[in-house]
Amino acid sequence: MKLGYYPGCALHGSSNDYEQSLRAALGALDVTLAEIEDWICCGATSAHSLNHELAIALPARNLALARRQGQAELFAPCPMCSMQLLKATHAMEADPQLKARMSATVEAEVDGGARVLNLIQVFERIGLDKLKAAVKAPLKDLKPACYYGCLLVRPPLVVEFDDAEQPRSMEAVVAALGAKPVDWNYKTECCGAGMTMANTQTVLELSNRILADAKAHGANCLVVACPMCHVNLDMKQTDIGSYAGTEYHLPVYYLSDLAGMALGLSAADLGIDRHFVVEAR
Amino acid sequence: MAERMDAPPTKLMRLAQLGHVDEALRAESIWLCVGCQTCSTRCPKSVDCAAVMDALRQLAFERGEASPAQRRTVIFQKAFLDNIRRNGRLNEIELIALFKGEAFLRDRNIPALFQDATLAPQLQKRRKFHLIGEKARDRGVVARIFERVLKGGGQ
Repeated sequence: MKLGYYPGCALHGSSNDYEQSLRAALGALDVTLAEIEDWICCGATSAHSLNHELAIALPARNLALARRQGQAELFAPCPMCSMQLLKATHAMEADPQLKARMSATVEAEVDGGARVLNLIQVFERIGLDKLKAAVKAPLKDLKPACYYGCLLVRPPLVVEFDDAEQPRSMEAVVAALGAKPVDWNYKTECCGAGMTMANTQTVLELSNRILADAKAHGANCLVVACPMCHVNLDMKQTDIGSYAGTEYHLPVYYLSDLAGMALGLSAADLGIDRHFVVEAR
Repeated sequence: MAERMDAPPTKLMRLAQLGHVDEALRAESIWLCVGCQTCSTRCPKSVDCAAVMDALRQLAFERGEASPAQRRTVIFQKAFLDNIRRNGRLNEIELIALFKGEAFLRDRNIPALFQDATLAPQLQKRRKFHLIGEKARDRGVVARIFERVLKGGGQ
């Protein structure tokens, strides 16, 4: 299977461990990622906070580039990117004048842009039966808390994926890999997202609740499909522990890490050795 | 998030409905909001509260209004967009330098300035630190997109 690929800034920056993991795990499942040539930033939180039309134009340029480069489907592993791409798609579908204006603004035809996929949807496209059959080392010792965060499932009218309050799709993937996902309460609560720098206190409070609830429900790791969630829960985990007066020692894996491990790839193949929290205690 | 807000989404929506826009724009909450979309998802009246929050932020930004406590967030968002406008893609180090410098000039907060300094070597050890960030090849088109959108009165 060949997919158009929009990495987004995070995966080519400090979340390059996520890209390493994706390429290794999806490569082992015969998925080829065709990176969109000369893609630009989706604008993320900053664009939609400060300028409405910019928050549509930046993703629209990428959708148009994907179309021009012959990609009918566009895999965006960062939920901020995939949500912004979908939001721009919906806004332009609902308003033909906006769509016409956007083609001029972004200097490329935006009509008939690519269909956007998140990482869970890529595993669903591969097929959970096929995934299960490819497992060489079932993850029988892992009890992950599957953490969706905000933008994989919200807003539901934009992302049209799984259930906004009780999603199960990630649990289905990790169960196919032999892991035993735990039931818990915080799978769609926000971790503080892009406020890591600007408002650290928010991240400490929100992420602490997520780690505490995962631990209280017997999880021995967390699984995410978002670079920002990973930064907050992994890189900031020691700070969060100090803030809460505890130590969590909860490894935070990308969903592709788990797939890769089950397929027999090593921690170094997947970039897991580059995480901040490397082993459970 | 709502429990940490001076005006939670419910109150902001009511202020907007009643036309008390100035009061809504002075609320700390519009900059505390993390854009998690929970309010829009759960509104029993199907109001897209998060989109209203966006509109309030955009208005407040246009008018240069943000409470001193939340100014750091505004500076961050502005620095992010300036970075994209120049490079087409985010340059993390440049963003952090600009944000920290700009915020320090405003609030002279020395602990905040050095708060994340210890992260650099830790990121470097993990090959996550890129002094020279990626740039889009066609940065001209990015600049023109910004120019057209801003000229359209969006900002």
